Amino acid sequence: MTSPPIHTKQAIEHIVREDWGQILAILVKQLRDFQLAEDSLQDAVEAALKHWPERGIPENPKAWLLQTARRKAIDRIRRHRNFESKQPEYALLMEQERQDFEMNDEAIPDERLRMIFTCCHPALDEKSRVALTLRTLGGLTTDEIAASFLDKEKAMAQRLVRAKRKIRDAGIAYQIPEPEFWSERLNSVLSVLYLIFNEGYSASAGDRLIRFDLCEEAIRLTRAIANLLPDEAEIMGLLALMLLHHARSKTRFENNCLIPLEQQNRSQWSQTAIEEGTTLVKQALKANALGPYQLQAAISAVHSEAESYAKTDWHQIVLLYEELHHLQPSPIIRLNQAMAISYAGSVADALEWINTKDISETLQSYQPFHATMADLHMRNDNNEAAISAFQRAIELSENQPEKAFLKSRLNKLLH
Amino acid sequence: MQYLALIYSAAGSGPQPGTDEFGPFMGAYQAVTEKFKADGVFIAGDALQGTEAATTLRKRGGKLEMMDGPFAETKEQLGGYYLFECANLDEALKYAAMIPTVEYGSIEVRPLMVFE
Repeated sequence: MTSPPIHTKQAIEHIVREDWGQILAILVKQLRDFQLAEDSLQDAVEAALKHWPERGIPENPKAWLLQTARRKAIDRIRRHRNFESKQPEYALLMEQERQDFEMNDEAIPDERLRMIFTCCHPALDEKSRVALTLRTLGGLTTDEIAASFLDKEKAMAQRLVRAKRKIRDAGIAYQIPEPEFWSERLNSVLSVLYLIFNEGYSASAGDRLIRFDLCEEAIRLTRAIANLLPDEAEIMGLLALMLLHHARSKTRFENNCLIPLEQQNRSQWSQTAIEEGTTLVKQALKANALGPYQLQAAISAVHSEAESYAKTDWHQIVLLYEELHHLQPSPIIRLNQAMAISYAGSVADALEWINTKDISETLQSYQPFHATMADLHMRNDNNEAAISAFQRAIELSENQPEKAFLKSRLNKLLH
Repeated sequence: MQYLALIYSAAGSGPQPGTDEFGPFMGAYQAVTEKFKADGVFIAGDALQGTEAATTLRKRGGKLEMMDGPFAETKEQLGGYYLFECANLDEALKYAAMIPTVEYGSIEVRPLMVFE
């Protein structure tokens, strides 16, 4: 076979990536077998790569892929030694084959909610949830996922196989959870999506060259889930949070050095993303079902709307952190609140706040604690304390651009 | 599907016989067992005597070895089980979470193997 022209190949890859999750979700429902569904869809994709460049992309590519994948599943079941055990699924596939109607892309149902709730089941370990979601819903290949998490491809492939096996063997149902499990299971979905985003967001500019753009992938998946669950305020909040952070991504690194919010070039922030994020967070807050993602998005929105770091509405941010701490008590939130207090009030207020909230001990090995303390001491003209805090922060940092940023600040104090 | 809920707890944790809390604790076990039966998920369930009554066996090189005590000396020991018939893992987890020992011990939920 000669290779298809590049543009056709790219067009096919684009279609496959866009539709992979939706088609796979239907196949898993019908075949009740993640592995068989995935293998059959992969067969169909290979068929598309072979036939589409010759015959052109079909009018309904999604329907074409689904029907082809079903036929490939029939072949695979026939060849399989456990043919008997797959009789019900086989009968269903043959029935669909007999109906032989011209399927339209628009008529294909969306079963992706079942899929994401299954992939994000808390009975699976967290990293497997993330990997499985990227593989099944995102359509990333195993080596793309492995590269994103700096894992070996073989280890990632084994992880995915084990996760799919556990779903089958432990009887994790392929369904949207019952109301009694709803909030716990939804939280797990949201945290998986946010982990994917953060994995991309914390990757340094240098690392990013080898990484798939996980931020954009997380946004795409969250958008799809938000469309399927339009009444869930926290999903809207999460999508808003991602968009507002992502709006600043171009200004976060320079020469492999982290640029803090304070020094970012605000004129380069993506206004489209900020507008969408801000609208979403306002809409979410109206639903009157306050949650941590909405509050974090609201904080980010206040920053996004400010003309400059100095002109930020710090009082508003202090209040939002208070709400956030009320919902999700954490010393890290107290620390961030202290920073906001240092601008809304004074540095002395912030230091006093850190003392009264008793967070220093818990945060001793948390790098941002020392970076924040260094900043506060420096602004309080206590250079000695600032220097030792910077040194401790540099020791604790595991990320090169962040280390570079902290070192540059320390050097300014030393000279 | 059938799921075995294995009940683990450390010796001396939870309500002890002879204390005021023990009666209500046993009552809670009776109540959940009734609930499991009423909901049609109960196949079996028992409490085990303590690990001091356990004997562990193994045969190596044709020789039977016998040891006083449990298979593994861990802090949390198997103390009982329920066998459930449930539609899926979520249902099994829902019932397992009602077992009173979940408050201070651990419940491990394992599906039974089906041989085709």
